[in-house]
Amino acid sequence: MSGYTAALKSGEAIFYQDKKRWLWLMSIVYPLQPFLGIWLYVKTGTEAWLLLSLALSYIMAPLLDMILGEDENNPPEEVVLQLDADRYYRFLTYLVVPIHFVSLIGIAWFVSTHELSTWAFVGLAIIAGLASGLGINTGHELGHKKSKLERTLAKIVLAVPFYGHFWVEHNRGHHRDVATPEDPASARMGESIYRFALREIPGAFTRAWTIEKDRLERRGSSAWNTNNQILQSMAISVVLQIGLLIAFGWLMIPFLLIHNIFAWWQLTSANYVEHYGLLREKDEQGRYRRCEPHHSWNSNHVYSNLVLFHLERHSDHHAHPLRRYQSLRHFDDLPTLPNGYFGSYLIAYVPWLWYRIMDKRLLALAHISGDLNKINIYPPKRQQIYARYGRPERLQPVVIEEPQAD
Amino acid sequence: MSEYRCPECGYTYNEQSGDEFEGFSPGTAFVDLPADFVCPDCSVRSKDEFERVS
Repeated sequence: MSGYTAALKSGEAIFYQDKKRWLWLMSIVYPLQPFLGIWLYVKTGTEAWLLLSLALSYIMAPLLDMILGEDENNPPEEVVLQLDADRYYRFLTYLVVPIHFVSLIGIAWFVSTHELSTWAFVGLAIIAGLASGLGINTGHELGHKKSKLERTLAKIVLAVPFYGHFWVEHNRGHHRDVATPEDPASARMGESIYRFALREIPGAFTRAWTIEKDRLERRGSSAWNTNNQILQSMAISVVLQIGLLIAFGWLMIPFLLIHNIFAWWQLTSANYVEHYGLLREKDEQGRYRRCEPHHSWNSNHVYSNLVLFHLERHSDHHAHPLRRYQSLRHFDDLPTLPNGYFGSYLIAYVPWLWYRIMDKRLLALAHISGDLNKINIYPPKRQQIYARYGRPERLQPVVIEEPQAD
Repeated sequence: MSEYRCPECGYTYNEQSGDEFEGFSPGTAFVDLPADFVCPDCSVRSKDEFERVS
């Protein structure tokens, strides 16, 4: 196994081996897991095997996260430059790009060439969507880098879930506005994931389009231009999905519709848990303070981090967005999710349970200490939350009022 | 003509060359960038946090 040597400031030499080096291969195998269920179905004829992927993600992954627990190890700062420069790690993110295409095309071929029950068809469309949702995660890791190759691969892989605006939206919108009421991709305290999805999905697209339109106008062209980063990716999506329609017939219409929605839902789920209720304070000039690690919910759970390119070390990611996945760090006293992402998603899908677990954690954070002024609150629930947890002495200005409550 | 660098990620804005991708033409002074300018690469640091490097 390769390792890295470096000298500490004291002059002492250190040697570091990344114990997870080969385990990161799990992140590129994970989008292929639907084929395990398909293979078992072909072998046994039992359709229930087709849903295996759901059990692997929503039963096995949370259990493994509970059993294997958390890993707080960080690479020494002295070797991070070498770790980042090691091409093996970035090669994995390149390699997974075609795998996402294989996953979608392979499942589309299977559902269109086999007589399946309606529930099995719908189940596989959902599973294909969840696998492509992982493609957004791949696009996320690639899209944060400066190299043209990585940015291009990000746009290509984001075409699989038809989410080409993510590159602009996430890097230029979400990272700028994260943990503020202005961010459609940061959930507010008291906001259910279902209400959040209705704000996040259109809000993210609108913000991405505005940012890209402004950039192109500065360059003297209109938004409807081949240089539009969003349209470039979406053009690939159109070719891919129309190609599937031509190749596999009308069944692709419901299949792709379900696939796309569940791929987006996967991202919505991640966004929901990543910043729930967290709020950056404003400085004396009324500007939001810089994003710090305590503005994201973090998870050090080993298993789910290994299949998501360390996405769950989200606190370090937002504070230092260009840091590569293999180098992301744990910090002490971070907002911490109760399980890895898959387990946390399950909790989020039951809003009362989510509030019950997370609102306590939110209020208990060291930088909040029960002060509701330091929380991003869902405006229609504000009075209800004040009634429950005590009205703050200094009232937070109401930034955005929305007419409907859950 | 000066250069300004993002202290988080090292993105550098060079007034002489501008930033073609971002639509800032050569010769655009840093001070003339939009007030809400944030680092185009990391989005963590705002305009007033950039460091003049030359």
